[in-house]
Amino acid sequence: MKSEVIDHEDVRTIKLSGKITIGAGDVTMRDLIHAAIDDGKKKILVDLGDVKAVDSSGIGELVAAYTTVAKNGGRLALLHLSPKINDILQVTQLVTVFDVFDDEESALAAFS
Amino acid sequence: MPHSKPVNAAISITSRFENIELVERVVRDLMINAGLGEEAIQPVIRALWEGVANAIRHGNRGELDRRVEIEATVSPVLVRILITDQGNGFDVASVPDPTSAENLLKPSGRGIFIMRQLMDRVEFSRASGGGTTVVLERHLGTTERREVGS
Repeated sequence: MKSEVIDHEDVRTIKLSGKITIGAGDVTMRDLIHAAIDDGKKKILVDLGDVKAVDSSGIGELVAAYTTVAKNGGRLALLHLSPKINDILQVTQLVTVFDVFDDEESALAAFS
Repeated sequence: MPHSKPVNAAISITSRFENIELVERVVRDLMINAGLGEEAIQPVIRALWEGVANAIRHGNRGELDRRVEIEATVSPVLVRILITDQGNGFDVASVPDPTSAENLLKPSGRGIFIMRQLMDRVEFSRASGGGTTVVLERHLGTTERREVGS
């Protein structure tokens, strides 16, 4: 998995690409979330637009990221869900948990 | 030319997560050789991924000297995969529903649930030599079914 971190004022966007699967990407994502918290970021946007595959471990890491950020008084939202990831969030009923945005402008506006 | 008769393969891996990609390549090639397209391949590969990951993590508990055996049989109408670990077994009935309110924010426990969404048959049994075998079956050519991200 590859990642890119972009700060827009107080919002940190973590743009992920590749696979978020067991042993490949799940730990990387966890480290990126902890780094954001260590940097004092409370508003975190995870861009999944270039993520090609997510397994149950990857979904678990998304959930762990959400709860870690929330416990630290922050908020985590998801951006650019592929149909595959959207379907898996639907069937696991996690769409009721995450704020999901189709475009970055709307996501940033929602954080402000 | 695609095979009209079932084709099969048996793979034995050590308990390393990176070996799942090797298993994926073998099963994917079998399905391509059987004339199946990406629409049929994707859900099987995703269920296979969950099954082998479970066998390594929960079955063999990541102990590298324990192996996972995978047998795949593919025909144009049916994919059948057996995944056997060398663990101590578990009671599948005790696995909680990951969609219930008390489990929704847990970081794990969705693998079997996802397998069941993707496959027509997901059945666990005690393997003859110890460990657990999970049977995954998916009938192909069915037009109406609930898909998860295929």
